[in-house]
Amino acid sequence: MAVQGAVASRSGLRSALPLLAPAYLWLTVAIFLPLSAMVFFSFMTDLPLSGKPWEFTLGNYAAFFSQSLYLTLLLASLRLGLEVTLWCVVIGYPAAYVLAKVLKGRSREAIFLLVILPFWSNGLVRIFSWAMVLREGGILDTALNAVLPFKINIDLMYSYPAVIIGLVHSYVPYMVLTCYLTLQAIDDSLIEAGRSLGASRLQVLKRVIIPLSMPGLVAGAALIFVPVVGSFMEPRILGGRTGTFYGTVIEDQFVAVFNWPLGAALSFILLAVVLVILAVASPVLKRAA
Amino acid sequence: MRMPRLTALLTATAVFTTALTLAANAAEVHVLNWKGYGADEPWAVEAFEKATGNKVVNDFFNSEQEMLTKIRTNPGLYDVVMINAAFNDQAMAEKLIQPIDTSKLSNYADISKDKASSPMLAHDGKVYGVPWVWGLTALAINEKSFDKPPTSIAEMWDPAHKGRVVIRDDAVEAVQFGAIATGQNINDIKDMDAVKTKLTSLMPQIKTFWSSENDWNQMVASNQIDIGTYWSGSADRAKTHFKLPVSLVVPQEGAVAWLDAFSIPVGSKNVEGAQAFINWMIDPKFYVEWVTKVGAPVSANTKAVDALPEDSFNRKVMGDPEVAKRIQFQAPITDAQREAYLALWQQLKVDVK
Repeated sequence: MAVQGAVASRSGLRSALPLLAPAYLWLTVAIFLPLSAMVFFSFMTDLPLSGKPWEFTLGNYAAFFSQSLYLTLLLASLRLGLEVTLWCVVIGYPAAYVLAKVLKGRSREAIFLLVILPFWSNGLVRIFSWAMVLREGGILDTALNAVLPFKINIDLMYSYPAVIIGLVHSYVPYMVLTCYLTLQAIDDSLIEAGRSLGASRLQVLKRVIIPLSMPGLVAGAALIFVPVVGSFMEPRILGGRTGTFYGTVIEDQFVAVFNWPLGAALSFILLAVVLVILAVASPVLKRAA
Repeated sequence: MRMPRLTALLTATAVFTTALTLAANAAEVHVLNWKGYGADEPWAVEAFEKATGNKVVNDFFNSEQEMLTKIRTNPGLYDVVMINAAFNDQAMAEKLIQPIDTSKLSNYADISKDKASSPMLAHDGKVYGVPWVWGLTALAINEKSFDKPPTSIAEMWDPAHKGRVVIRDDAVEAVQFGAIATGQNINDIKDMDAVKTKLTSLMPQIKTFWSSENDWNQMVASNQIDIGTYWSGSADRAKTHFKLPVSLVVPQEGAVAWLDAFSIPVGSKNVEGAQAFINWMIDPKFYVEWVTKVGAPVSANTKAVDALPEDSFNRKVMGDPEVAKRIQFQAPITDAQREAYLALWQQLKVDVK
C-alpha cells in the first residue's frame, strides 16, 4: 500500500509538472533572479554598470545603523502601516459584514461593484483625484462651505491625515474582500443558536462572528500592512512636508542619486523587519484564528 | 537544386537587411536628453529630419547619474548627449565624450565668448561641450499674493508666508540655495553649519517639496502657494504658455545659474549627423520658435537671444547686466560632497516631520 501510494504521488507530480512549470519558470525569471541581483548589489560599493571599480562591503547595511534618520523613518513607516491597517479594519469589516449577511441579490452585487471599483483605476489617478478633493478650495472645501451656514476652512492636502486617507482608500478593498469570504462561510444557524441561547447581539459578535472570521481579518491585515510600510507614492504626493517615509528614502536612492546598493540594502532591511514582525505575530494570530 | 536556391535567397535577404540597417544607422541621430527639453519637440525634429535627411531617435534620463550610466553602458549607441556643464568634467575624465570639431558648426561663432570659453567645457584647448542654454534657479512668486515683487531671499522666511512656501526636493539645489541665503559662494561653502541652521528655520514655512514643473504650476493655479524656488525657463513657460500669475524674482542676494551643453559620446556612429543636430539646436531659428511655442531658458547663442522681441523675458530680465553680476554658475561637485548634501537634506526633512 505504502509503495503504491508513493508511486501514485510520484506520477501525480510528473503529470502536474507541465501545469506547474510555467508558473515556476515565471517566478524564477521575473522575481527570483532580479531579487538575487538586488541582494548582490546591496553588498557592493558601487554598481558594476557604472564602470567604476567596486568591491564587496557591508557598508550599505552599516549606513542604516550609523544614521538615526533611517531608524526614525522606519518607525514612522511602521506606525503608518499600523494606522492604515486599523482604519481599514474599522471601515472594511462592517462593510464586509453587511455584504455577507445583510444584503442579498442585486443590491449585494451593486455594493460589491462599488468596493471593487477603485481596483480598476490606476493608482496615480486615484491619488491625484484625492489631491483635488482635499486641498484648500478643493471639492471637499467648496462643497462643505456651500452647504454649511458658517465658514470652515478645510485644507487636508500635504498633511499626515491626507496620506492616511489616500492609503486607506487604496487598500480597504483587500480588507472587505478577505473578510467577506470568511464571513460568508459562517453558518447562519450558529448565529441563530447563539441568539436563541440568550446571547446579546454584542456577545454573538464577540464570541461567534469575530473568532470565526479571524482568518480573513488576519489575511487582510497582512495584505495591507506590508505594502503600506514600503509605500512611497502616496506619501510623496499627498504628504508634502510631512511626507518623508522609509519608502520615499529608498526611492530617492534609486531615482535621484542613483545609489542602487544603498537603496537595495535599505529595502532588504525593511523586508527583514517586516518578516520578523510577521513571525513574532504569527503564533498570536494563529491562536486567535 | 533546392538548397542552393534557398541559400541564395537567404543570403540575398541577409545582405539586403544588413544594407538596410547600415543605411538606417548611418542616417540616425540618437539623442540623450531630459524629456520635454527642446530636443524632442516634434516640430523641431521634423524640420531637422526634412532638412538633413537624418532620423532623430530620442532617449531620456531622470538624473545626471542615470545619464552618465547610460553612456557608460551603451558605448556607440548615442550620438548626441545633453550634459550639464558641471558634469562635463567627469564625463571627459571617464573618456565618455570626444572633442568636437567646432569648425563644422556654423552657429558656434555666435555663442557668447564667456560661455564658449568656460573652463568646464574646454580642456587642453579642445571643446568637449557646445553651450546650448543657461538659466537660473531663483525665486518665483504668485503675483496674486504680492502687491509688489519682493527683492530679497528673506521673503521665504517671512512668517506671513508660513505654509505657503515651496522648495524643490533636491539636495544639491537646497544646499546651494542655503549658501546664497547665508551670503556664501555656492561652489565653496565654508560654513556648512550656517547653511544647516538657515535651512532648518525655513523648513516649518514649507508646504511641500516640488519635483516637477507641473507640481509648481498646479499649486499656483489653485492659489495654494505664495513663493518658492523655481527655474527661470519654467517660470517663463508658466507665464507665457500657461498664462499663470507667476513672475521670476532674482533676489539681491543672488541666484544659482546652470549651463547646459551638448556633447558627442566616444564611439558615435554618426558624428556628422550629431554635429548637424547640435548646430540645429543652437540655431536662432529653432530657438525663437522654441521660446514662442513652448517657453525656454536663455540661449547661449547671442544672435539667437537678439532675435527675440526686445521686451521678452529672456532678453529683458535675464540679459540685464545687473542680474549677471548677482548670479553664480554651478561648478562640478564631487561624489563625496553630493552624498554629504543628501545626508544633510534628508536629516532636515526628517527633523521637520
